[in-house]
Amino acid sequence: MTARDATPTRTLLLGSLVIVALLLSGASMPRWLTFLLTMSLANGVVALGIMLLMRSGVVSFGQGLVFAAGGYTAALGFGALGLTDGLLLTFAGGLIAALIAAPFAWLIARYRGIFFAMLTLALSMVLYGLLIKSTAFGGSDGLNMGRVSYFGWRPSDASVGYTNYAVTVIVVGIISVWMRIYFDSVRGLVTLSARDNEIRVEYLGSSVRSLIATNFIIAAFCGGVGGALAVIALGHVEPDYSYWTRSGDFVFVAILAGHHSVLAAFIASIALELVRSFSSAYFPNSWQLAMGLFLLAVIRFLPSGIGSLWVQRWRASTVQRGSA
Amino acid sequence: MPLLLTILIDGLTYASWLFIVALGLTLVFGILKILNVAHGSFYALGAYATASMVAWFASMQLAPAFSIVAMLLAAVVVAALVAPLCERGLLRMFYGRDEVLLVLVTFALFLIMEDLTKLIWGVNPLYVADPYMLFGMVDIGTLSYVGYDFMLVLAAVVVGISVWWGLNRTRFGKLVLAVIHNEEIAASMGVNVSRVYTLAFSTGIFLAALGGALTAPMISVQPGVSVGVIIISFAVVIIGGLGSIPGAAIGALIVGMARSTAVHVWPVAELFSIYLVMAIVLMFRPEGLFQRIQARKI
Repeated sequence: MTARDATPTRTLLLGSLVIVALLLSGASMPRWLTFLLTMSLANGVVALGIMLLMRSGVVSFGQGLVFAAGGYTAALGFGALGLTDGLLLTFAGGLIAALIAAPFAWLIARYRGIFFAMLTLALSMVLYGLLIKSTAFGGSDGLNMGRVSYFGWRPSDASVGYTNYAVTVIVVGIISVWMRIYFDSVRGLVTLSARDNEIRVEYLGSSVRSLIATNFIIAAFCGGVGGALAVIALGHVEPDYSYWTRSGDFVFVAILAGHHSVLAAFIASIALELVRSFSSAYFPNSWQLAMGLFLLAVIRFLPSGIGSLWVQRWRASTVQRGSA
Repeated sequence: MPLLLTILIDGLTYASWLFIVALGLTLVFGILKILNVAHGSFYALGAYATASMVAWFASMQLAPAFSIVAMLLAAVVVAALVAPLCERGLLRMFYGRDEVLLVLVTFALFLIMEDLTKLIWGVNPLYVADPYMLFGMVDIGTLSYVGYDFMLVLAAVVVGISVWWGLNRTRFGKLVLAVIHNEEIAASMGVNVSRVYTLAFSTGIFLAALGGALTAPMISVQPGVSVGVIIISFAVVIIGGLGSIPGAAIGALIVGMARSTAVHVWPVAELFSIYLVMAIVLMFRPEGLFQRIQARKI
């Protein structure tokens, strides 16, 4: 979608349509599917944060840090502080994750390429090391959390799955619409040109470092929200959320999605979750093998991600129409 | 005082095998510009191959001393069979692509190898106890240490000197340095760059497998040994400076000592002390402690 065609109103309208469609179709879905979609959306919004960073030209290998920060915030808020409102916990998860990331953002924004990836990875592993040994956070067992309420209403056994799904769809939907509008804004387009040529952007008067720092904090918020949503749906959080392999999964989804389309992040996340669920059901000892081959195939044959499939085609058709 | 000695000896032992593994990682990065996430998988493969090889040697009724030969042989087999296959068959397709994308390619390789080792060796832990007692016990003051641990330190020194010698004093080493300096010019002068890449990658993998082979008697060889090793060896090479041999040695010593100090003085800090050092070094000296920014990486 180019900036000219994608007015915020249009994005809002399309986004609302997708959200309503998902809410309506969710009511008739089997329980395993709503759960799978809830987890995919929660993971997808973390990958959306990485997508934003990818648009700035860097890739974070440590989004497990903010994912765990969001998850632990939700579980601790519920268990230790007695907060039971799911939306409040989700927002708190995002906020705390962004606050944790903020002091590092300016420092991290100096680095590119492999160093950015390694530094974020190191930070997430520091958190992992802390979590696994600390008794306050439940050590290697992690923390459990009970059923959350929404505006004072506590869903019943039968409706809890759909309620969590619906809340996840709405929260993730709002973030996605905002993200698309941000992508198409002036700042979002400057971000994209920083990816192509940093020096040019600096000469034109924008600070690439402050762009990356801001985007890093936004990505952290997305990661925290994703972590909180996942923990609310799952009812459990553990230090593995911050382990490097978890961050690897998020980068996996982001690479699979490419940096063109917001929708692609969620399609990629659903694809990954499906591959994981089915291969762990049918080949319990070789699902990682399947995932590895899948990842290699994507990098080899779809280097710009699945989003490029429709965005580039769409772009090509508009260019043709424009020149005709 | 005994505590200090214990910390020093434990740290040194830990640093020894870590240096061997990290040296392989830094070598591959320095020459091929690939930060190999699958490095830990080759370490695990070396450990598994050792378990099989030592058991096979034992079934032939050979003297226990031959188990050392079995360990070396296991590392050689991994380096000679699996490494060229991965480099020629997989990595070659992605040369010249973005560094971060290459990290992801090796992440895929890591996922694949993780399951392949499970499919071949199963999920039950394997034990290789024979070589551990070969060197008897060493008494230092009131404490008694296994001689094997000191053998590891010796092995690390020998490996470090050999790699340095190989790079700086042999014809092949000079070719490698030429490729590191400038691949195109080296190729136009008649250096077979693709051969250099394959051999360099295999050498790096040999070191990973050797690290695995040497530690196999000290651990239980089971799924999951690879994941931890990757990040710790990342920490080592990043602390020392990516692509630097003395850096790998210093990095291994720092990580080894940090870990053994934490284990003996403040066990809670065992894991995060290492990553904290790594994060701090990255923030303030991203090129590593002992690495100047320079064209020549090794």
